[in-house]
Amino acid sequence: MKYIDDFRDPATAKALVERIRRDAGDAPVRLMEVCGTHTVAIARGGIRPLLSGAVTMLSGPGCPVCVTPDGYIDAAIALGRERGALLASFGDMLRVPGKSSSLEKEKGNGLEVRVVYSPLDAVALAAATPDREVVFLGVGFETTAPAIGGAIRTAAKRGVGNFSVLSSVRTIPEAMGVLAADPEVRIEGFLCPAHVTVVIGSDAYRPVARRYGIPCVVAGFEPLDILLGISMLLRQKREGVARVENEYSRVATSTGNRKAQDLIRDVFVPCDTGWRGIGVIRGSGLRIADRYASFDAEVKFDAPVVFAPEASACRCGDVLKGKILPVDCPLFGKACVPEEPYGPCMVSGEGTCAAFFKYGA
Amino acid sequence: MCLGVPAKILETGDGDAVVELGGVRREISVMLVDDVSAGDWVIVHAGFAIERLSEEEAERTLALFREIAESDAFRNP
Ligand code: SF4
Ligand code: SF4
Repeated sequence: MKYIDDFRDPATAKALVERIRRDAGDAPVRLMEVCGTHTVAIARGGIRPLLSGAVTMLSGPGCPVCVTPDGYIDAAIALGRERGALLASFGDMLRVPGKSSSLEKEKGNGLEVRVVYSPLDAVALAAATPDREVVFLGVGFETTAPAIGGAIRTAAKRGVGNFSVLSSVRTIPEAMGVLAADPEVRIEGFLCPAHVTVVIGSDAYRPVARRYGIPCVVAGFEPLDILLGISMLLRQKREGVARVENEYSRVATSTGNRKAQDLIRDVFVPCDTGWRGIGVIRGSGLRIADRYASFDAEVKFDAPVVFAPEASACRCGDVLKGKILPVDCPLFGKACVPEEPYGPCMVSGEGTCAAFFKYGA
Repeated sequence: MCLGVPAKILETGDGDAVVELGGVRREISVMLVDDVSAGDWVIVHAGFAIERLSEEEAERTLALFREIAESDAFRNP
């Protein structure tokens, strides 16, 4: 596995850490990793302590599971309970709390929930059970959107009429804009998500870099990718520039995957949507286009997902915005642990609180 | 869940392909990438190849890493 091991060389890591320490100023530079996979890689690689005093890494809202509002979970449960739908979901969603329950708890009470690896598996499930409606819980960012769109197109082409999607797809650059504009967060550089960029292209961050003067670097997920990405951000800061650079050129390009973009444009339409803990962000959601309305569970069952800000002691919103670290939440490690999560950031393996709990701060 | 992983294509079919992921052979969709063939590396996410991996670009990044390791080691013996 040449293209994995070579990105983990300890001697290069050491050189990069020294370079970062040389380039950092007096106060720690506040950088945000937007993506949950970066959060886990940083925690697992022990990168935070390596850079302490030079760089503070804030974890952003890059976990689709973490930012899914409880109203969405409630709507999914209702489709199963009241409409008799067979729910198909990515595994991470099962323990996310709704207002009063989770899919996992409801499963224990007899709700039918199937864990699938791909949205296409949900289409296959629908084809195999023609007497049941299969609703796929379509959560994710631009990385997952083409897969969900591909599943809808496949169902349309094969005439699988008992398949629909409850869409909660979100787009990242809009959320980055909101965080960049927040004076309490004070972000000095964005480590941009690698696989979202594979789809949308690094040019998508240019408005953020230009408008807010915040350097953006797309980085891969191996330890050396992350360290080089951070080093590139510090070099920009030192030179007083704010542009978009791409460390992950082995996969991501400036223009992204056109085929995936065309598919997204065909199946989805941008909309305003609510993010758990953050609130409604304009134009940050993707709803299913009218031409595919028969595959849109909200339309098909006339059951729109309602967003309301959560009233909960969980401080996920502040964690996702980089205002506090998980350890600053009074419930962290006490009322809230991975086995018994109180908030979504503790649920997913890629959630910030779960990563801090497992690997330490 | 947003985990995209590199995988090598073993066989290709009509719009799909077989890869090895964590020791398991898996069928994936290649509808989002043009003309992949056996031996190509792709990034797989939620059952779809979302892009191919450029070995040339990977080599360039690795060369940069070697340069950094050497020059910084030289500067701080
Ligand atoms: S749950 Fe997540 S963040 Fe959260 S992630 Fe999954 S993949 Fe990313
Ligand atoms: S520790 Fe638990 S309750 Fe606190 S912010 Fe994290 S997930 Fe929410």
